[in-house]
Amino acid sequence: MKYQEVSYEQISRKQKELIRESLKRWWFRYSKSKLSILGLGIFLVIAVLALFADYVTPYPSNAGLYINFKQSYLPPSTEHLLGTDMYGRDVFTRTIFGFRYALMMVGVVLGLVVPPGVVLGLIAGYYRGTWIDTIITRVSEVFIALPPLVLALSIASVLEPNIFNAMMAISLMWWPWYVRLVYSMTSSLRNEQYVYAAKAIGMPTYKILFKELLPNMLGPILTKVTLDAGWIIIIGAAISFVGLGAQPPTPDLGTMVSEYSRYLPDYWWMTFGPAIGITLLILSFNLIGDGIRDAFAGE
Amino acid sequence: MRIDNIINNFIIRRIFSSIFVLFGLSILIFVLARLLPGDPARLALGPRAPEEVVEQYRKMLHLDQPIYIQYVYWLYDVFHLSLGQSLVTFRDVLVDIEDFLPASMELVLFSAMILVIGALSLGVLSGKRPGSIADNLMRIFSYIGISIPAFVWAIILQLIFSYWLGIFPAIGRISDNITPPPKVTGFIMIDSLISGNIYAFIDAVEHLVLPALALAIGPIAQEARILRANLVETIGKDYILNLRSHGIPDNTIYFKYALKPSMIPVVTIMGLDIASLIANAFLVELIFNWPGLSRYGINAMLRKDLNAIVGVTLVVGLIFIIANLIVDMIIYKIDPRVRNIKSE
Repeated sequence: MKYQEVSYEQISRKQKELIRESLKRWWFRYSKSKLSILGLGIFLVIAVLALFADYVTPYPSNAGLYINFKQSYLPPSTEHLLGTDMYGRDVFTRTIFGFRYALMMVGVVLGLVVPPGVVLGLIAGYYRGTWIDTIITRVSEVFIALPPLVLALSIASVLEPNIFNAMMAISLMWWPWYVRLVYSMTSSLRNEQYVYAAKAIGMPTYKILFKELLPNMLGPILTKVTLDAGWIIIIGAAISFVGLGAQPPTPDLGTMVSEYSRYLPDYWWMTFGPAIGITLLILSFNLIGDGIRDAFAGE
Repeated sequence: MRIDNIINNFIIRRIFSSIFVLFGLSILIFVLARLLPGDPARLALGPRAPEEVVEQYRKMLHLDQPIYIQYVYWLYDVFHLSLGQSLVTFRDVLVDIEDFLPASMELVLFSAMILVIGALSLGVLSGKRPGSIADNLMRIFSYIGISIPAFVWAIILQLIFSYWLGIFPAIGRISDNITPPPKVTGFIMIDSLISGNIYAFIDAVEHLVLPALALAIGPIAQEARILRANLVETIGKDYILNLRSHGIPDNTIYFKYALKPSMIPVVTIMGLDIASLIANAFLVELIFNWPGLSRYGINAMLRKDLNAIVGVTLVVGLIFIIANLIVDMIIYKIDPRVRNIKSE
């Protein structure tokens, strides 16, 4: 066979084609399950509503500080889909604005937690058995030794109670879980032939970690990210519920549940709105997470 | 007794690493609590206390010393069974915790009981006939169960079963018109049985049902689902087919040969969940006005009570670590694969 010269562009074009092809296959496997599609649908609807909350909600001024006692304690009706609260604010409007804070919390926490967790896990797993591994795994073990909620609460209690510090508190205790996940995967993958090959041709360590090892772990990491999103919402709501997170009149879902649950059982619809909101959001993340896991498992 | 040696070694190793983790945890929590803005001595004594008194109190708490010296003092106290004085109740934190812990443990253990029974029976029920009505109902229940946080379950259950239907009491551990039994263990259920007070026993159980259920529903949903998936997978294996071909009855195959290997991953997660109950109880106790450790802890956090925050967090950590240790031992006992790896 004749030797054929291949240009760099040809290789990269081929590579892009392959990536597009595998993404298509992945989407085919994901979309096979109706539940995963349902989860994605719920999430997209919530995200769009939250993004355009100022335009889609009937009473955008009711989100924060607003008082209209004439309208207070109204049960659900066509005018107020989920009723009104003790200050006459529309619960539906406030719940939609609550999604905004919940999604922001998920985004910020995951953005702060996943990169350092993954990098530390890669390093500790690659240098398994050395002092680097010992330090990283021992320190993360200390953080994992407590249930997440308790550690987040005690960190939040030290800081000023507001939504930003609640995010910091959750981030501070969440990264070790990613270290643990990536660590266990790295320490088994690092003995694969392709890693030895990369080492043999003199590839620098950081390239081995990020170009050779990391792409093989995307499935479990992505699955954990989506399932964790649900947990972050639960813990964020819990911190707010106790009074260590967002303060009223911020329309945070957890704060709303805690504020409104004082008016049970007579004005049950006030608690119902934000509670349903939290549930729908967590449900969508769980469905998406299951879908992603199954799609990667079918590879 | 070679095997006993191996077990001992494995357990001893786990205990040592737990002690290390506990030390790390104490440093972490201690440093965190000292980052607290504001002067704890001033906070405790109020704005009108004279400066000399506050100064004296500060000296007594060693707050005038560098943080590592403070830690050494604190550690010395811990080894002499004291967690320092609470800045709110002015009692030793350990004494406070001894008062509040039994109520929490009673709730958690009762909830754990519901959890184990519920998860196993639902998982077996739906795993036995995949695709049946029971199985589909189970799937819906498991998605709902996982998606609703424990404190929302607490509100829902309280609303339905105590306010609307009036079946169970809404708040507290025991009704006002019933004299609590004399304190022996601190568990009202056990104390009332010891003193032979059957009414107090029934009343205590009625008070326990809703908060315990609120705590258990989420984990039940999750574990039943995992057990179902494992059972379905195990049933499809060759050794089950082999057993069938020998004419062994289905139920024997099911409960004797398929259940045990399917249980192993469930036991791990169940143990973690049971250990986490003490944390989730933090919110459920608030809603049911349960006089437990969590309420004490939340109050300490809201009032920035240094020693109490450290004490409660450490005690919860200790319980969590011990629970994980027990889970490891159970896994070690039931999973021969773990035993073999360890003995190499």
